Amino acid sequence: MLLLLSPWIIGFCVFTAVPMVLSLYYSFTHYDILTTPRWVGLDNYRYMFGVGGLGQDPNFWLSVKNTLWIIVFGVPLRIFFGIITAMLLVRPKRGNNVYRTLFFMPSMAPKVGAALVFVYLFNPVTGPINRVLDSIPGVTAPLWFYDPSWAKPALLIMGLWGIGDAIVIYTAGLLDVPRQLYEAIAIEGANRWQRFRYVTLPMLTPVIFFTLIIGVIDGFQYFDQAFVAGNTASGQSSTLGNPQGSLLFYSLWIYQQAFVDFHMGYASALAWVLFVATMCVTAVLLLTSRRWVHYHGNLS
Amino acid sequence: MTATAVKPPEVRQRQLPVAIRRRRLLLRIANHAILIAVSAAFLFPIFFMLCTALMTDEQTLSDKIIPDPFVWSNFKTVFDQIDLARYTWNTFLYAGLSTVGVVVSCVPVAYAFARIRWRGRNIVFLGVLATLMLPTQVTSVSLYIIFAKYTGWTGMEWIGTLKPLIVPSFFGDAFSIFLLRQFFMTIPEELSDSARVDGLSELRILWDVIVPLSKPAIAAVGLFNFIFAWNNFYDPLVYLGQNPDSQTLSLALSSFRTLHHVQWNLTMAAALIFMLPVIVIFFAAQRVFIEGVTLSGVKG
Repeated sequence: MLLLLSPWIIGFCVFTAVPMVLSLYYSFTHYDILTTPRWVGLDNYRYMFGVGGLGQDPNFWLSVKNTLWIIVFGVPLRIFFGIITAMLLVRPKRGNNVYRTLFFMPSMAPKVGAALVFVYLFNPVTGPINRVLDSIPGVTAPLWFYDPSWAKPALLIMGLWGIGDAIVIYTAGLLDVPRQLYEAIAIEGANRWQRFRYVTLPMLTPVIFFTLIIGVIDGFQYFDQAFVAGNTASGQSSTLGNPQGSLLFYSLWIYQQAFVDFHMGYASALAWVLFVATMCVTAVLLLTSRRWVHYHGNLS
Repeated sequence: MTATAVKPPEVRQRQLPVAIRRRRLLLRIANHAILIAVSAAFLFPIFFMLCTALMTDEQTLSDKIIPDPFVWSNFKTVFDQIDLARYTWNTFLYAGLSTVGVVVSCVPVAYAFARIRWRGRNIVFLGVLATLMLPTQVTSVSLYIIFAKYTGWTGMEWIGTLKPLIVPSFFGDAFSIFLLRQFFMTIPEELSDSARVDGLSELRILWDVIVPLSKPAIAAVGLFNFIFAWNNFYDPLVYLGQNPDSQTLSLALSSFRTLHHVQWNLTMAAALIFMLPVIVIFFAAQRVFIEGVTLSGVKG
């Protein structure tokens, strides 16, 4: 038994437990890799939150705000469109497989490639999207990745292109709903909306909960798309999160601190705050889930 | 494409009133129409990528969509611009070897969690699931330090080589362990019990009984890992550093436009070369992917 488990035990110790403890230690130090770590107590955390007269990290709250923005808008949007598309998808008797394949494929595509394609599609001058928008009279097409207030919405639209995996999961969830439930509620004279509200939606809650948790955890680590889109659109890679910090997500700020500026101690502190925040949010979601997630067709 | 599949509802035991039949037919047509529109939206980015990749430099600035003439040599030009053959080989090496590692290490671990009873099994399995929530950023800062400073005894520096990407995969991956365990649990217990009565060791049972029955699940785990590694951007970005010789495609592509100031047609051609293997693998094995996603989302 121990022999069978040994790969995971070694892996967990070497590649998870030890690095975590080390990074907790580094988070209380100044460390630039070249010289030995210097213990500074809570200074990194004070600087992060701007308490104790050490000044304030100018980008900490900005990156927190950007990250929360993408989660608060991105995750519900994904769930909403995922369910709607899945509900359309289960209805026809033929062709579902063709549609499902088409919807699913982009979610497998590399994020780096997708970001390049969408920066091109959203190009304000030569991109096809703005060519169409500009041809409509009275519409001023946004500058997308060149405008701080439109860069994140552009990423949201790009994210919708990759919701195929959610669609597949919701489709499977919809097909799992027992027919008797629909028959029972039909006898009671329910209309279309009531069928959705009192049968479909409750039966989907376990799947919704799964995609919600995954979406939030992924959202906290939002990186590839923002990194590539920001660099490609601005044409340079010396500052991250362009335009004007609007795409500076929390993970990008950690990356900048750790691997561009080599502030390993401060980056570790940022990473630990991210870890604790992820754990807290997941715990809260798990606790509240008892109130709205129905398992095993228990609808009471 | 599937609009032709729309037929009037077949007459079953009882003839429905004409009004209702007509209403249902219209609903079906509307349903397919929406699905076709959504499919078009999902295909639109790929269509534009393909067209742009085949355009001349000048045409990328015009509003003509269909390439005229078709410049197939763009793909050759990309290979001349950057060492694409080397990056493809690196990516292939990374994706291939890490997939082997994940499968070899996760099958026995998942077996120990699914089929052998031991004290504390559920708690340890919760530990595996908890690492799924762990942000990569928390471990990557100190792993980078470990790989940069303490791998000297292996004879060479690990940073700037593919080792930090490949070696950890031989020590288990939480998501793959989870997926395989879910599948192993569905195999009837009697099969391994009768093998135990025959005096086979657990390793033999795993190899002779479980593995042959689990080929679809193992294929799913392997393919998911291959595509994950192929697409992965964050880890190569962190560990491969600035060593141009060991870059992967995702890394080379992310800086392609910024570094070489190339036109969109070449960028799209490069993105297409990067995405093509993923698309091919996806279409060749879409059943496996769809079942894998469903297994993770619904039966979880």
